[in-house]
Amino acid sequence: MTEEQLLEKFEARIRRNEKIEPGDWMPDRYRNGLIRMISQHAHSEVIGALPEGTWIPYAPSFKRKMALIAKVQDEIGHGQMLYRAAETLGISREEMINQLLTGKAIYSNVFNYPADTWADIAIIGWLVDGAAIVNQTKLLLGSYGPYSRAMERICFEEGFHLKQGYDNVCHLMGGTQKQRDMVQESFTRWWWPLMMFFGPRDKDSVHSSDLMRWKVKIKSNDELRQEFLSSFVPKIRAFGLAIPDPDLRFHEDTKEWTFTDPDWDEFHRVIRGNGPMNKERLGVRRLAHEEGRWVREALEAFVNEGKSA
Amino acid sequence: MKRYSFTCYHQPIEEGLALLGGPLPDHDTQWPEWEVFIQERRGGSHINVGAVHAPDGEMALILAKETFTRRQPCVNLWIVNTQDIHSTRYEDEAIFQSTFDRSYRNTTGFKLEKPVQATEVS
Repeated sequence: MTEEQLLEKFEARIRRNEKIEPGDWMPDRYRNGLIRMISQHAHSEVIGALPEGTWIPYAPSFKRKMALIAKVQDEIGHGQMLYRAAETLGISREEMINQLLTGKAIYSNVFNYPADTWADIAIIGWLVDGAAIVNQTKLLLGSYGPYSRAMERICFEEGFHLKQGYDNVCHLMGGTQKQRDMVQESFTRWWWPLMMFFGPRDKDSVHSSDLMRWKVKIKSNDELRQEFLSSFVPKIRAFGLAIPDPDLRFHEDTKEWTFTDPDWDEFHRVIRGNGPMNKERLGVRRLAHEEGRWVREALEAFVNEGKSA
Repeated sequence: MKRYSFTCYHQPIEEGLALLGGPLPDHDTQWPEWEVFIQERRGGSHINVGAVHAPDGEMALILAKETFTRRQPCVNLWIVNTQDIHSTRYEDEAIFQSTFDRSYRNTTGFKLEKPVQATEVS
């Protein structure tokens, strides 16, 4: 078959909503686009566990501590599932891990902001995970079999993350004035990183329509951001939290939100490694990798000993 | 805005920062892959749910338990080295399609006739 015929067959399969499986013919741009996307997603899960992991010793109750440990364990598990899904496209997990450790990889910008208070943990669990779910429930519909299978398991578990975050915010907002102030202070800081979460506006987004047609991306950045605002702004307002954007407005006629753009220069600065926490996140990850080395060596030694005995 | 004096950062971040840009540890994370099969309840089939990396099957079982059974019910786990799986190729899918009517293999392929009446032969 010629390249054109193969492409036609591939695209017809996607139009029929059938999944592409490892071993199927696929365009290089599809393969590379997926590798980039899945590995970035995996790195985001792994780095995303750091701000929350930091808070485990200080969780304010036993139940909150257990929930936080469970959530952090989930994120690391999701990272492993995603690395494995990316591997089916011809890159090794080690290659991806090394890209992350050497600072060559990109992960979600949102994790390069500090989580200085317990309220940050509540806001991250509710709104950062909430934004991630808006994105991930779409990825579930993507065309690549191993990725969407992994997303099925991940979405199921993310449901708990959102619920425990929401419950945490409820608890704090029902508490003392000091607790409410703490949530407001945290929310005000997270608003702009959340507005950047789905990436630049469509008109400034560099990625092509091929990836949309091939169902690697299902919804555009702007569509996802609109969906996030529609689901969460009413809940944010119901808490009485003040949104730091006086121009945020829903228009009944167009069914669209208009808002003040976040600082997109900041977005690009943080992606290039110059955010408030990029170095720290990478440093902690690198340290954890180094500190885990003896475990990997011990396992290897144990297995080799079994072989020689 | 009010700042809080408490700090949550207990990791030795300086030590981590000192490692950045330095050489990476030896290649030691690319272990063999193991397919994971979960049996949700006795009497059910073992179903493939994903894979883990592990130096041996015993470790693979531990990792599979941690990765795949945190929520899902499970009474039994199987681990199979991914290398040991023989598989057909998707491009040969056609071998599973019948080329002619095979309805006789299915219950729907048989229309019930009225029972034959025995007739007296004189």
